[in-house]
Amino acid sequence: MNLKSKVMNSIVEIRNLSKAYNQGEIQVTALDDIHLSIDSSDFLTLMGPSGSGKSTLLHIIAGIDRQTSGICKVQNIDLSNLNESALADWRNQNVGFIFQSFNLIPVLTAFENVELPLLLTRLGRKERKALVAAALELVGLEDRSHHLPKQLSGGQEQRVAIARALVTDPALVVADEPTGNLDSQSAQQVLEILQSLSNDAGKTVIMVTHDPKAAAFGKRIIQLEKGRFEKEEPLVS
Amino acid sequence: MTTASFILRNALRNKRRATLSALSVAVSLFLFITLQVTLRELTIPPEDVGASLRIAVRNKVSLAQPLPFRQLQKIEKINGVEAITPFTYFGGLYRNESFTTFAQFAVDPVRFTNVFLEAKIADDHLEAWLKNRGSCLVGVDTIKRYNLEIGEKMLLSGTFYPVNLDMEIVGIYEGTFDDRNVFFHHKYLDEMTDDPGTVGTWWVRAGSAEVAPNVVHTINETFANTSAEVRAESERAFQMGFVSMWGNIQMLIDSICSAIVFTLLLVTVSTMSMAIRERFRELAILKAIGYRRHELLAFILAESLLLSLLGAVIGVGGAAWLFSTIDIQQLSSGMFIFFEVTNKMLGTAFLISLVLGVVAGIAPGWSVCRMSVVDGLKTLD
Repeated sequence: MNLKSKVMNSIVEIRNLSKAYNQGEIQVTALDDIHLSIDSSDFLTLMGPSGSGKSTLLHIIAGIDRQTSGICKVQNIDLSNLNESALADWRNQNVGFIFQSFNLIPVLTAFENVELPLLLTRLGRKERKALVAAALELVGLEDRSHHLPKQLSGGQEQRVAIARALVTDPALVVADEPTGNLDSQSAQQVLEILQSLSNDAGKTVIMVTHDPKAAAFGKRIIQLEKGRFEKEEPLVS
Repeated sequence: MTTASFILRNALRNKRRATLSALSVAVSLFLFITLQVTLRELTIPPEDVGASLRIAVRNKVSLAQPLPFRQLQKIEKINGVEAITPFTYFGGLYRNESFTTFAQFAVDPVRFTNVFLEAKIADDHLEAWLKNRGSCLVGVDTIKRYNLEIGEKMLLSGTFYPVNLDMEIVGIYEGTFDDRNVFFHHKYLDEMTDDPGTVGTWWVRAGSAEVAPNVVHTINETFANTSAEVRAESERAFQMGFVSMWGNIQMLIDSICSAIVFTLLLVTVSTMSMAIRERFRELAILKAIGYRRHELLAFILAESLLLSLLGAVIGVGGAAWLFSTIDIQQLSSGMFIFFEVTNKMLGTAFLISLVLGVVAGIAPGWSVCRMSVVDGLKTLD
């Protein structure tokens, strides 16, 4: 694949990206002059020690944080040109979030948690219902749709979170330590789902993890250290 | 799920806290309404239909000082005076009560009916009253309260006067704003007190509302610089004179109400801030998945308003229902005749709850708006 076609397939383009923030009187550099291209349908894993900048990079790509300098384009949109409102709308349509702590709303059922992003759209009740049911079926939880989070296991909660991340059919799925709070069996299930999203559904998955076994599910690993890329490993699929 | 149900679910997620929050608003507003009604009843006495035509004449020095009976003829002749009656407060005690719930007045029966035209008295009752000097007319509220009947005795122990009265109940009156009183013959009191030739007050009916002020002025002028100077004033002014004896009760009650509202504000702001603080991470998630600042602010304000308005419905609605149901005369031992919650009071109380809801939600809502998604996600549960 030549460089030009590689660029045309890129969903994420990052050039000279840096992120610094103030911690009291000290300025901390979280990311230092990063260059990165992520192809569509890629499954990229970001690894590194604590404080290496991997989560910061993930947050900037997902549009929930802003870089100090440099360019971050997702789907050819420079996110720094979007105001808060436009960025929120963009996230709703283009990004699915999966977190380590699941972060489901405890007073809502699994169905209602998955439905949350759709309340911001103009879809009618029936359409929302159909999309939610499809998302829950995708993660194998269609029979748990009326359960509250406290009635689900950790693995089930994370799968509900995945369903919520997918319900708007985003092009990009970001996962920050998605298996951090799961047992090995549940972790396996979650990682297999993420892998299928990339391989079968054509979604671009970016995952942050400490676990090399989890990282092995991806197609590419980037190691960060002190805000810079240390190593990049393409994985044989 | 709808946005409304999402807000409701969040408002009730901690049922105990929601209940206590709503109840704190309810109790505070109930108290607020009660104080406002009390203030109104104390400072704005109810007005009879014929009040605009009636004039009270009392001793200028003090209400406790009597007036000479000879003043009657002079007052009668004043232009604009239609009717006049002596009106002397007896102030006796009834049965074994330490505080009598109805007043007793010695009057001239015929003249009385010409001054207090709104009093409804059955013809046979009036006739019986006129015929029997030892009889009395009792207000319908007192009849009901004590289960009295025509023909029963009305025994009153004197306090101001060193005599006890033994009268027969021969009639009932109603239709005035105060249907509790007892009226009896002034001549009977005169007999019992060896006819001192005095009266407590005069009550005068003017020919019209237009001439009433002139009648007041003329009465005052007629007895100026005499041994018994008088103070004539409208019935309204006479009633307000009693109110002024309470002192600045308006300021006292307004201060208490202000303290109630302020304390309630502190409680609701604190409760709402705590509730939202516990959900910072959830709200950060909502931001991450696309909810905008103003939407989250709206959620929080709606939740806050829901709780405060719920409290208002319970407290204000409860007060309105309760005070329309209870017998306030009995409960207050006759201190209050009416205890009405006006529409203005209802509106003020609901407005307070509305403001409370907004103010309580603004501070935590603003914090959420300013919070970055990343900082919110780092918040510990």
